[in-house]
Amino acid sequence: MFALLSYFRPDTATAAGTLLAPVRWRPLEILFWLVAASLLWLAPSKVLLLNEIAILALFVLSLDLILGYAGIVSLGHGAFLGVGAYAAGLLGKHGFTDPVMGLLIAGAAAGLLGFVTSFLVLRGTDLTKLMVTLGVALILRELANKFGNITGGADGLTGVVMGPVLGLFEFDIFGKTAYGYSLTVLFILFYVARRLVNSPYGLMLRAIKGNSLRTGAMGVPTNHRLVTIYTIAAVYAGIAGALLAQTSQFVSLDVLDFHRSADALLILVLGGSGQLWGAVIGSIAFKIMYDYLAAITPQYWQFWLGLVLVLIVLFGKGGILGFVNSSREWLAHRLGKGAAK
Amino acid sequence: MLTILFDGFAYGMILFVLACGLSVTLGLMNFINLAHGAFAMAGGYLTVVLMNRFGVSFFLCIPAGFLVSAALGVVLERTLYVRLYARSHLDQVLFSIGLVFMAVSAIDYFMGAQQQLITLPPSLQGRVSLFGIQVGIYRLFVIAICLVLAVALQLILSRTRFGSQLRAAVDDARVARGLGINVSLIFTVTFAFGSGLAGLGGVLGAEILGMDPTFPLKFMIYFLVVISVGGATTLTGPLLASILLGIADVAGKYYVPTVGSFIIYTIMVVVLILRPQGLFGRANAR
Amino acid sequence: MTPVLETQTLCKAFGGLIATNDVSFKLPAGARHALIGPNGAGKTTFVNLLTGVLQPTSGRVLLKGEDITGLPSYQRVKRGLARTFQINQLFADLTPLQHIVLAISQREGAATGWWRPVGSRSDIVDEAEALLRQLNLVDVRDQRTETIAYGKQRLLEIAVALAAKPAVLLLDEPAAGVPETERHQILDVIEALPADVTLLLIEHDMQLVFRFAKTISVLVNGGLFVEGPAAEIARDPRVKKVYLGEELVDV
Ligand SMILES: Nc1ncnc2c1ncn2[C@@H]1O[C@H](COP(=O)(O)OP(=O)(O)OP(=O)(O)O)[C@@H](O)[C@H]1O
Ligand SMILES: [Mg+2]
Repeated sequence: MFALLSYFRPDTATAAGTLLAPVRWRPLEILFWLVAASLLWLAPSKVLLLNEIAILALFVLSLDLILGYAGIVSLGHGAFLGVGAYAAGLLGKHGFTDPVMGLLIAGAAAGLLGFVTSFLVLRGTDLTKLMVTLGVALILRELANKFGNITGGADGLTGVVMGPVLGLFEFDIFGKTAYGYSLTVLFILFYVARRLVNSPYGLMLRAIKGNSLRTGAMGVPTNHRLVTIYTIAAVYAGIAGALLAQTSQFVSLDVLDFHRSADALLILVLGGSGQLWGAVIGSIAFKIMYDYLAAITPQYWQFWLGLVLVLIVLFGKGGILGFVNSSREWLAHRLGKGAAK
Repeated sequence: MLTILFDGFAYGMILFVLACGLSVTLGLMNFINLAHGAFAMAGGYLTVVLMNRFGVSFFLCIPAGFLVSAALGVVLERTLYVRLYARSHLDQVLFSIGLVFMAVSAIDYFMGAQQQLITLPPSLQGRVSLFGIQVGIYRLFVIAICLVLAVALQLILSRTRFGSQLRAAVDDARVARGLGINVSLIFTVTFAFGSGLAGLGGVLGAEILGMDPTFPLKFMIYFLVVISVGGATTLTGPLLASILLGIADVAGKYYVPTVGSFIIYTIMVVVLILRPQGLFGRANAR
Repeated sequence: MTPVLETQTLCKAFGGLIATNDVSFKLPAGARHALIGPNGAGKTTFVNLLTGVLQPTSGRVLLKGEDITGLPSYQRVKRGLARTFQINQLFADLTPLQHIVLAISQREGAATGWWRPVGSRSDIVDEAEALLRQLNLVDVRDQRTETIAYGKQRLLEIAVALAAKPAVLLLDEPAAGVPETERHQILDVIEALPADVTLLLIEHDMQLVFRFAKTISVLVNGGLFVEGPAAEIARDPRVKKVYLGEELVDV
């Protein structure tokens, strides 16, 4: 009992205690995953939407790894989503129907692209980065469009066939298997990312983002670290793309659209960057907002999206999570004062 | 062949007028305004509305496009953009993408998603023979206006007091401030002027580039290519880059239509890779 | 005896401005050396050339006899060359404890670990705590660095460099901007370093310079002006002239 208490309330008096505090799972986090899993049975009519949210969250999570933690700006993160999606789709179309194998191969393909392009991206100013990432994504889109005989071009890639997950769970038309599958992948990768960002390597990324002159003077080969995380994030995004292709058994050219990359950025700033959960919460908020606004003004919901973006940049520091954190601090401050009186 | 060269030249000149405002604001405040195309769209749609609904002459639309976009530029600069100069490039990008999204949907809402057509005045229609080449009168007209503009801009920059202040501010805003130059006023004026030029480019380009709500997104990449290839410190760089891009694009679409915009994107990436610092190097030397 | 750190005809030009002019400089092992010179003399530029932040226009840098001119910063640190910055270069969002733990982890080759959490290696945490204690930073251990007092940030700047356990430490005005009363505390820390660590101190406060240095070099307009034992430099009328801002009559 005492051990359990100390797990949830880490001893912040010792140095190791304060360092380890963020590592511990808070009850709310555990609750979140339990609820997310139980929705499989509690809200069977919503699983298609939930599946989309899970995939989106994974994609935004991958952007958070490079942007939120390592400070690498990108306008073309969708490139990796697209490569993953096409890789998984093409595998499925040509008889390699095992979903998990497909996922791994698609992740590897996107990771390879990430590794190669990282050398182009990790040079120059933010502006150069933005433009190179954008350029790479646009080139890929053109390629996918031009090689229509392979990718299906503007008509999209059809005829993707998927076997049962792990040989056990057939994909059903209601999307139950799809959601279970995507949520499991999201959970595993979230867990890995959580370990990663709380490790010395993850803290070093934040240090590099803060001041790469200093990390260099500390003896850190800054660029190697950035290449690694860029590659890892590409793998994550590729897996998200693969999930998209496998669960919808279709790949449209739209996976490589500019708006995918822009949406991911928006969702991340909406949720709050550099905290992993921001990606998840942002994705949920975004999809709900989309459903709601698109229902009122189906065609023009981009207007509201743009407005939200402008408002967040102008006024909202840290997105939803930032707001929650600062209100919590404010409340604690008020309560603390009240107790002192 | 020569006709294609000529058309490409006209196309490039329009791109220059569209993009040069962006290049100056980028050089001056190190501010990346992805919504620049929205100002061009304002000019383009203004023309469409004035001509098709109110029967205003095309020749009147040209100054009107400039003035309205410039006014829009002043208002937005003073109320919104000014808050973002000190922010990160990421914030600037997010903010201006937000503006683009809003502009795209707003135009879509009011004008519909289809491409807008205008009918040029008869005096600008048809073709003439120039040194043995058949050229469109309108394209000739466009080139003439743009050349006059380019020369005028160059003169303003090199000969006037405002021009020298602007160049000082682009060189080093801090030093310029120290010399008593009102940098924020210069920026407002430049921003307005750049937006106005974009609007003007929108008027001229409505027929050649085509106007639909996704215009700012479609041409964003062209502007970025122009300033990445041409640099953000002079006018000659963007001018040459625009002309090259215009010719490459027109010729590319004519001769190798299957390759599409592939070439353009590749050029941009290659240039950025070859000189990642050289482009806006000065801005981050500090 | 070969010097631990040496430059040969080192030059650096920024456009037309020559910031480092033909500097040939030797730092023997265990030195307590000060580098002084008026503002803009090129002291920081010199340190940037030594540490690889800048590449020289011509000339060479040698560390323990090895040519390191083309090596990136991080490779030089690995070979035992560390520095502090004149203007704080810290991680605004991180705590002092995190700074030190990272620096030690890097030294120990533990900074690429990506599974076990930061703080799980007790030897590193213990060493970090000891260093924080040594530099009087225990009270701000867990505060975000951008919120702590400037004097403490200066100490942290030094602590991060010390965590690398360098053989050669270059200190670029460690007391810059620190009030009189706290300056000697910073020098106390520096003087307490083991005798085998080679130290180069850049400083404008002559009181600190003469308290610390056994030997001094004077840099003027990018070039080495005079070098010698501290007592000689103190007496040298030419050095006084330079500091009083007078024109150089003859050299
Ligand atoms: N990156 C740079 N680009 C252009 N000029 C530079 C650069 N860095 C330094 N300089 C110039 O080089 C000269 C030497 O500067 P440096 O900072 O090395 O002087 P310093 O001796 O450290 O001065 P201080 O005592 O003020 O710290 C100065 O004239 C400075 O303006
Ligand atoms: Mg200095």
